[in-house]
Amino acid sequence: MSKVSKVQGRAVPVLGDDIDTDRIIPARYLKEITFTKMGDYPFFDERFNADGSQKPHPFNEARFQGASVLIGNVNFGCGSSREHAPQALMRWGHPTQPGIKAVIAESFAEIFAGNCVMLGIPAVIASKADVAALQKIANDDPQTVFTVDTSSMTVNAGPLSIKVSMPESRRQALVEGTWDSTGLLMANADKVKATAAKLGYMSGFTN
Amino acid sequence: MAKNTLYNKVWGAHAVAQLPTGQTQLFIGLHLIHEVTSPQAFDMLREKGLQVAYPQRTFATMDHIVPTLDQARPFADAQAEQMMQAIERNAKEFGINFYDFATGRQGVVHIIGPELGLTQPGMTIACGDSHTSTHGAFGTLAFGIGTSQVRDVLASQCLAMDPMKVRRIEVNGSLKPSVTAKDVILAIINKLGVKGGIGYAYEYAGSVFDTMSMEGRMTVCNMSIEGGARAGYVNPDETTFAYLKGREHSPKGAAWDKAVTTWRGLASDKDATYDDIIQIDAANIEPMVTWGVTPAQSVAVGDSLPDPAQVADAGERGSLETAYKYMKLKVGQKMTEVAIDVAFIGSCTNGRIEDLRAAAAVVKGHQASKSVKAFVVPGSMQVKAQAEKEGLHEIFKAAGFEWREAGCSMCLAMNPDQLIGDQVSASSSNRNFIGRQGSPTGRTLLMSPAMVAAAAITGHVTDVRIL
Ligand code: SF4
Repeated sequence: MSKVSKVQGRAVPVLGDDIDTDRIIPARYLKEITFTKMGDYPFFDERFNADGSQKPHPFNEARFQGASVLIGNVNFGCGSSREHAPQALMRWGHPTQPGIKAVIAESFAEIFAGNCVMLGIPAVIASKADVAALQKIANDDPQTVFTVDTSSMTVNAGPLSIKVSMPESRRQALVEGTWDSTGLLMANADKVKATAAKLGYMSGFTN
Repeated sequence: MAKNTLYNKVWGAHAVAQLPTGQTQLFIGLHLIHEVTSPQAFDMLREKGLQVAYPQRTFATMDHIVPTLDQARPFADAQAEQMMQAIERNAKEFGINFYDFATGRQGVVHIIGPELGLTQPGMTIACGDSHTSTHGAFGTLAFGIGTSQVRDVLASQCLAMDPMKVRRIEVNGSLKPSVTAKDVILAIINKLGVKGGIGYAYEYAGSVFDTMSMEGRMTVCNMSIEGGARAGYVNPDETTFAYLKGREHSPKGAAWDKAVTTWRGLASDKDATYDDIIQIDAANIEPMVTWGVTPAQSVAVGDSLPDPAQVADAGERGSLETAYKYMKLKVGQKMTEVAIDVAFIGSCTNGRIEDLRAAAAVVKGHQASKSVKAFVVPGSMQVKAQAEKEGLHEIFKAAGFEWREAGCSMCLAMNPDQLIGDQVSASSSNRNFIGRQGSPTGRTLLMSPAMVAAAAITGHVTDVRIL
């Protein structure tokens, strides 16, 4: 499991509060039984008209192609628990583009942030003013390299260096490389058994 | 930090260990899966050569993708058929209980859990679906998870979790006639906002919930997530026990008595402390309708649409402007002037028998407007059977409503039930997000099943009290 202590890359601003996971990936693409092609679909209905022509959206703009840091606003990723949403962002433009490897926002919906960590994607929180400043830098000079550092919990972009936050346990999981939790959970199988044995419903309340 | 709450007790009983990250390893008592968010998790297990640790604690059904008109196999949609075959194969290969059509117990996952008595007080419940919060109605700690977490539960029956804070939401007093559980939760979300619940479990309390039916409590807990709270619960009481008694998976005989004794001890103590407490006066709650693109963008049915210029916060103002643009509605317009094209009664929010009874009571003796396509989708095969026993389907059909098979249907429209173009739906579901009901320009108005029925009859949003 790789340690995620630093993500570097260009950034794409996606403006607006309450951007839900239905907008990040419309439900019809959830019919696929693997995540492999999800990278073709992020923000699909916001990017394309029914006839296939493009709508204005940062993910369509040439200058943001190849970006790997997404900057959102309030309550990013709310709604459906679909992991397809961070999967689609992470795989955006694969294999020629790196995909989204870190997300910065004023706040995140809980399930989305948790899903990001499970995939090794830092989802870090910055103040309203800092998010606005970062979005402006990305917009004014899309070539700027952003550094999301989960060791120092800072984001650097051009002249700007700001403090960001995320729940400490999630930060630990990323920097220690234990964000894929399956192994950790399985290692405690005996303790799991002991906990389960004390729960009445596990025996149907018969003992 | 909350103390002596049901949340604390359930969390404590299920805490296995502290992980090196500082997270808690939490045992999951009941794991529910459906066809959409599970196939990738089983593939991950196969890739790693892992088994399902506690197969008897996972229950599967299919709901999101199933057509509600013609369920003959193979499904007309090849992708849907492939997804069905995947869950059938996975359930068989890993030895998982599977409520498919043949069992007569298939349905929306959050409807069948309670209906079968699988959902019991004091459990931790997880499902790859955000509306898992529904099960909190029974005094459980129930929350939605992503697919990688589905894999974790399958492999270990556990999740790596951070603790939540607890906010008690007290609604006291009497609800006005025709104000339903749906209106209560829409009013709560309107007050606290769609992100107000981030980091919290909501404890719903007060006289309104004390006297509310289990089905009403499920409607409320279901939409906790729409207020940002990953979990929401009601303390178990006699209403809870009466609902569970005699259900298929409920304990029987001496085990039942023992279970009830255990369950009684779970409720939050009198001296419990909370991270936050909110009080709401029941008498102020009106029948609610959403007009925008988040579940908080709602008004009382008799009101006019709000003016963004009056909103100080720039972000919130922006959200309102986005909503107006998408919904093609006008500032100051009366909610009851908004015409509808489609009326949908169903979903895990309002697809249970009491919902269908309430809608049928409104419909009886009326006709759906010629301009409205109206349809009813029972939440499960058992709900459908019960409704037919009561003759509700005849009432709906006589009024021009279609009567369908069980499934998620137009709640999320990843099946043939979809809006076309910029149609407006009156919907008893839970999300009015942009594009949610299958058309990228489709528009959704959320309301109670009785209000959907009223709108279907008149062709526009209607106060069910003056129909
Ligand atoms: S009815 Fe709607 S909200 Fe409920 S599980 Fe199905 S799609 Fe999700």
